[in-house]
Amino acid sequence: MSIDARIADDQPDSFAFTKENEAEIKRIIAKYPKGRQASAVMPLLDLAQRQHDNWIPMRAIELIANKLDMAEIRVLEVATFYTMYNLKPVGKYFLQACTTTPCWLRGSDSMMRCIKDRYGIASGETSDCGRFTLLEVECLGACVNAPILQVNDDFYEDLDYASTGALLDSLEADAPLPVGSVSGRSGSEADGGATSLAALKPAE
Amino acid sequence: MPKLTVNGVEVEVENGATVLHACEEAGVEVPRFCYHDRLSIAGNCRMCLVDMERAPKPVASCAMPAGDGMVIRTDTDRVKKAREGVMEFLLINHPLDCPICDQGGECDLQDQAMGYGYDASRYEENKRAVEDKNMGPLISTTMTRCIHCTRCVRFATEIAGVPELGAIGRGESMEITTYLEKTLASELSANVIDLCPVGALTSKPYAFAARPWELSKTESVDVMDAVGSNIRVDARGAQVMRVLPRLNEDINEEWISDKTRYAIDGLRRQRLDRPYMRGRDGKLEPASWDDAFSAISAKMKKAKPKAVAAIAGDQCDAESMFALKMMMGKLGSGHIDCRQDGAKIGGARSGYLFNSTIAGIDDADALLIIGSNPRIEAAVLNARIRRNWLATRLPVAVIGPKNDLTYDALHLGDDPALLDDVLSGKSKFAAKLKKAKRPMIIVGMGALTRSDGAAILGKARDIADAYGVVGGGWNGFNILHTAAARVGGLDLGFTPDRGGLDVAGMYKAAEAGELDVVWLMGADEIDHARLSKAFVVYQGHHGDRGAHHADVVLPGAAYTEKDGIYVNTEGRVQYASRAAFPPGEAREDWAIVRAMAARLGINLGFDSLDDLRESLYEAVPHFAARDEVASAKWAKFGGRSKLTAAAIDSALDGFYMTCAISRASETMGQCMMALAEDGARDAAE
Repeated sequence: MSIDARIADDQPDSFAFTKENEAEIKRIIAKYPKGRQASAVMPLLDLAQRQHDNWIPMRAIELIANKLDMAEIRVLEVATFYTMYNLKPVGKYFLQACTTTPCWLRGSDSMMRCIKDRYGIASGETSDCGRFTLLEVECLGACVNAPILQVNDDFYEDLDYASTGALLDSLEADAPLPVGSVSGRSGSEADGGATSLAALKPAE
Repeated sequence: MPKLTVNGVEVEVENGATVLHACEEAGVEVPRFCYHDRLSIAGNCRMCLVDMERAPKPVASCAMPAGDGMVIRTDTDRVKKAREGVMEFLLINHPLDCPICDQGGECDLQDQAMGYGYDASRYEENKRAVEDKNMGPLISTTMTRCIHCTRCVRFATEIAGVPELGAIGRGESMEITTYLEKTLASELSANVIDLCPVGALTSKPYAFAARPWELSKTESVDVMDAVGSNIRVDARGAQVMRVLPRLNEDINEEWISDKTRYAIDGLRRQRLDRPYMRGRDGKLEPASWDDAFSAISAKMKKAKPKAVAAIAGDQCDAESMFALKMMMGKLGSGHIDCRQDGAKIGGARSGYLFNSTIAGIDDADALLIIGSNPRIEAAVLNARIRRNWLATRLPVAVIGPKNDLTYDALHLGDDPALLDDVLSGKSKFAAKLKKAKRPMIIVGMGALTRSDGAAILGKARDIADAYGVVGGGWNGFNILHTAAARVGGLDLGFTPDRGGLDVAGMYKAAEAGELDVVWLMGADEIDHARLSKAFVVYQGHHGDRGAHHADVVLPGAAYTEKDGIYVNTEGRVQYASRAAFPPGEAREDWAIVRAMAARLGINLGFDSLDDLRESLYEAVPHFAARDEVASAKWAKFGGRSKLTAAAIDSALDGFYMTCAISRASETMGQCMMALAEDGARDAAE
């Protein structure tokens, strides 16, 4: 029985961390003072999510609660508070589109429209092919290169309708474009090239 | 001690107090939803905003520590406007369903919206809808009404010690729920209903039953356990509608257990509302008071004094026990006992009291529990132990059953021989007990009702002496009773007199045919089959075990239906008051005994409850000292015989159904079922 729309109805019967992750968990917990192991809840949820196809089953929440000597509800509170944690299955490509003011000013709407036109999905939905899930998120912290679309762990920047389409093409072909600005600007320099200190070219 | 000014009034408050405390000290009312004296500070409702000099914006007074020289104002336009704004925000999503809300008429949000809110809303958008959560048979939820004060979450986590409630999601999608919608597994769970400042959590058994203004409110005392929680009984006509806690810092603070609150629907079922007599066919048949008294008096007059016995149950008031004792005395029988369970206690008062008092738990710095599960035997008292443990990591050890007590406890085992280990210093816990300045021992009925109960009591006393549990103004030697009537019964000497028999002796005598008449006053928790050879009179309020085995049944009054004195486990004398009348032909118990005595030609010397109380005060003076604990001198008690090898257990095997009233209660039955279902689900997983 699902207690919330955020949580998947179909839950696996069991969950266990891999050997490597168990070792990692030990390392993470050791970072915190004794008795404060509950602080490790966020990295552990992240580990579980990475291990389990980018979503966290309830069994993992219970396991983590047990490992950190926390109440299950406390772990669930954390997992439902942050949008970074998925509590139901997502597509292979998890698209997090930033629509906060700077991204919105720079055209995040057309980025969203491109995704919608292609897959007919709104925020929180998964495409029919099951490979793409879209989530509208708050500021991703890369405003200088707005608008941003985060694909799993990677940022794609400076997107517009056409370049979003090209990005999605590459993902469909499982040959993602290089990470970063799709307009080709280097780092966070001004759009259209440097406008000052142009004479000071870095040494070749 | 910081001094600060509130609205021009200078006040001095304790170190660590908040601005809100200072405002209260200055007599200024500050509205609040999330803040509660007994819970941690959350600061999330923002209703308590006040102006502080040199602060750029209003501050939440509940979370702002009071500082020396602060200048606080609560009467500025800005404060008024800020509160109106907060109230407007709180009401954005709060439904306007007060007419169909059980909280209506006693709702903080309703009251404060009147006092501090705008008269209209500027929001036209749809309100959010939240699915209701299942929180078991006691708590009804309407989560759309929730304003996310998180008092319930903090109560469950901090005081009840069952961290099962939480707030999932955030912002507008925040919801309060239990993990997977399990029933809240706490004996104190329903207190969240009182804490909820809105109608999100209301009482399920009381749903749509009454409005607060149509109830008559009677201050009384609970008898479901020996804590003697102070309660308010709300009745409409002859029916008790609900029970609420009443503040008493020394006993229950402002909490009561779920049984105290909800066993009352048992008062409506299986009631004895007229006398019954066993007919020729062996079935109980309705009878008149006159016939019933005649039948008893015929048997009594034939019986020799030595062949009459009386047992008082666990919820009897002191007056009726005293009256029964007097009648038995005049009949010349010493066969009286108020210890249905055969507990080996009595004699020196310090040997059967919770000597440290319940408030004394706060001062203890080590605790040894012997043969008790305080969580189910005295849930409110257990919450106090937990609070001490939370604050000071009170070391606790248990000899007896292993249970989740809501705090860490070292389980030494359940072998009585462990007592010797503690005494000799061999035990793991001995060092902690030795180091403690105010050590405490709690001995439960699980240890004292055994055949070697007296020896265990003696051993516990030896431990108390060896570890300085008593001395220097401190007495940490505590007996935790499970019966509300027990201490009162022992105080007034409802125990075998002049070679009289105790309950075990009565069984044997009855089986040998030496007992002709046994008078049971609300005694349902004995082995009635063993008394079957005698003529059994049952006086009580429920058609429970006692009435089923009786030859004559006399209908008495339950605790909400009579004025009565109860002495709690500390030895605190408390007066309960009548909230409703007994049903049908049922009568108050002291009056039944008096009428019976008159029929037997015995003059007990009183005609009214006041007269009866006068004789009681004369016999046992401390009964007159209302609400006070008459402390007891440390004396000799307990036995010296050998301990048996049987494991020490708790006296109760469940929380919800422990007496005639709670056994008749549907609500308590539902709680048992919910508990079993959750248990089965956990086991399946």
